[in-house]
Amino acid sequence: MIGVVDYRAGNLTSVARALEYLREPCIITNDPRILDEASHIIFPGVGAAGAAMANLRESGLDIHLRKWVREGKPLLGICLGTQVIFDHSEEDDTPCLGIVPGRVRRFPADIEADGRRLKIPHMGWNRVEFRQGHPVFAGIPESAEFYFVHAYYPAPADEDWTAGWTDYGIRFCAAVAKKNLVAVQFHPEKSGRPGLAILENFCRWGGIDAQ
Amino acid sequence: MLSKRIIPCLDVRAGKLTKGVKFQGNIDIGDPVEAARAYYEQGADEIVFYDITASAEGRSIMIDVVRKVAETIFIPFSVGGGIRTVEDMRRVILAGAEKVSVNTEAVQNPAIIAEGARAFGSQCIVLGMDVKKNPGNAALPSGYEMVIHGGRTATGIDALWWAREAERLGTGEICLNSIDADGTQNGYEIDLTRLISSHVNIPVIASGGAGRPDHLLDVLTRGQADAALIASMVHFRTYTIAEIKTFLQDRGVKTRMHW
Repeated sequence: MIGVVDYRAGNLTSVARALEYLREPCIITNDPRILDEASHIIFPGVGAAGAAMANLRESGLDIHLRKWVREGKPLLGICLGTQVIFDHSEEDDTPCLGIVPGRVRRFPADIEADGRRLKIPHMGWNRVEFRQGHPVFAGIPESAEFYFVHAYYPAPADEDWTAGWTDYGIRFCAAVAKKNLVAVQFHPEKSGRPGLAILENFCRWGGIDAQ
Repeated sequence: MLSKRIIPCLDVRAGKLTKGVKFQGNIDIGDPVEAARAYYEQGADEIVFYDITASAEGRSIMIDVVRKVAETIFIPFSVGGGIRTVEDMRRVILAGAEKVSVNTEAVQNPAIIAEGARAFGSQCIVLGMDVKKNPGNAALPSGYEMVIHGGRTATGIDALWWAREAERLGTGEICLNSIDADGTQNGYEIDLTRLISSHVNIPVIASGGAGRPDHLLDVLTRGQADAALIASMVHFRTYTIAEIKTFLQDRGVKTRMHW
């Protein structure tokens, strides 16, 4: 059973629908006892970092998330879920979960491509250059694109954590992986077949880092 | 770098797909859930549903369509038409849509943009703009006027002013429809699209007038649009989405070619 963490951060049903389509049993819940029993945890979310952290602290899920990562349960962060596993987010100047060393930064206002100022948020389909060899990103073609919508991007303190890079005026970290933890800035549940392949890979992954 | 998005627009009336010319004479042309699935398979980057139903019964049919679409397609989609309150937005989002689009409602009650953005995030809120050319009017410095009620009512509001105001209120994206070009298949309104797109810092989807792939090329390059809405040219199977994307890609416009 895949546990999808419900912390009132946006619409989580799209993640559940993608898992249903893949015939992976899942449950959306904020109950840590149920999530304790789950084989895998998906930590999604859209919205603002400040409100998300407030909800996580209030429900005590912050402590459980740290515990699940420490215990070695496979955990997949998506979008805002990915951002709040870092130490700090520039959005609302928010101290976050501190699971991954590093900060979440806002795209600079003056990023350009072909002499034209780039719009923020970074919204739409873009490529991800994945680090080779991680089981969750196995079999994803180089030409695959993923759906992004965000104004802030993760910046791990240690390059070692970066498992995928994307270019939007700057080259930023679009995927993080270490041990049992994988986190992506894009939305695999809304990225067509390559996105579904990542979710399917994650559900079949035992949480052991390939490197 | 981001790909330019190609977005089929499905007009839905009481659960059936329709297509009109200049907002009139709609004819039924099929099942929206099947059409959405087909466009997803063909490589659409996103799908827009526009609910032109007026009755309450029609509205709940639409929610059912949204739910079915969300179960079978895994790309973003938005729903517009008749959304008047944050509660209307919530129903559509909980049924599985990523985005809601507000048009007439936002002109009459701009606060709905800020309220929606606060409740669901700016990325959920699309401002639909129906725009008509109206040059030589001192009250309309851009020469373009906002019209509402599906193009029937002039508002006296300048289109460029409204686009920037809506951005300030928190809309995440603009879907810009030229009433003059809508349904003609003679090409998008390039000047209007470039004007709006170059004066806001959020994505602009060009809408109205697409009939051939070179129309998309024009609006995505000269028109500076971030995405292009299409309807007749794919609904009537004149072109496939793959043909349109290949045409653009061959001419240097980056599109998503793997799906």
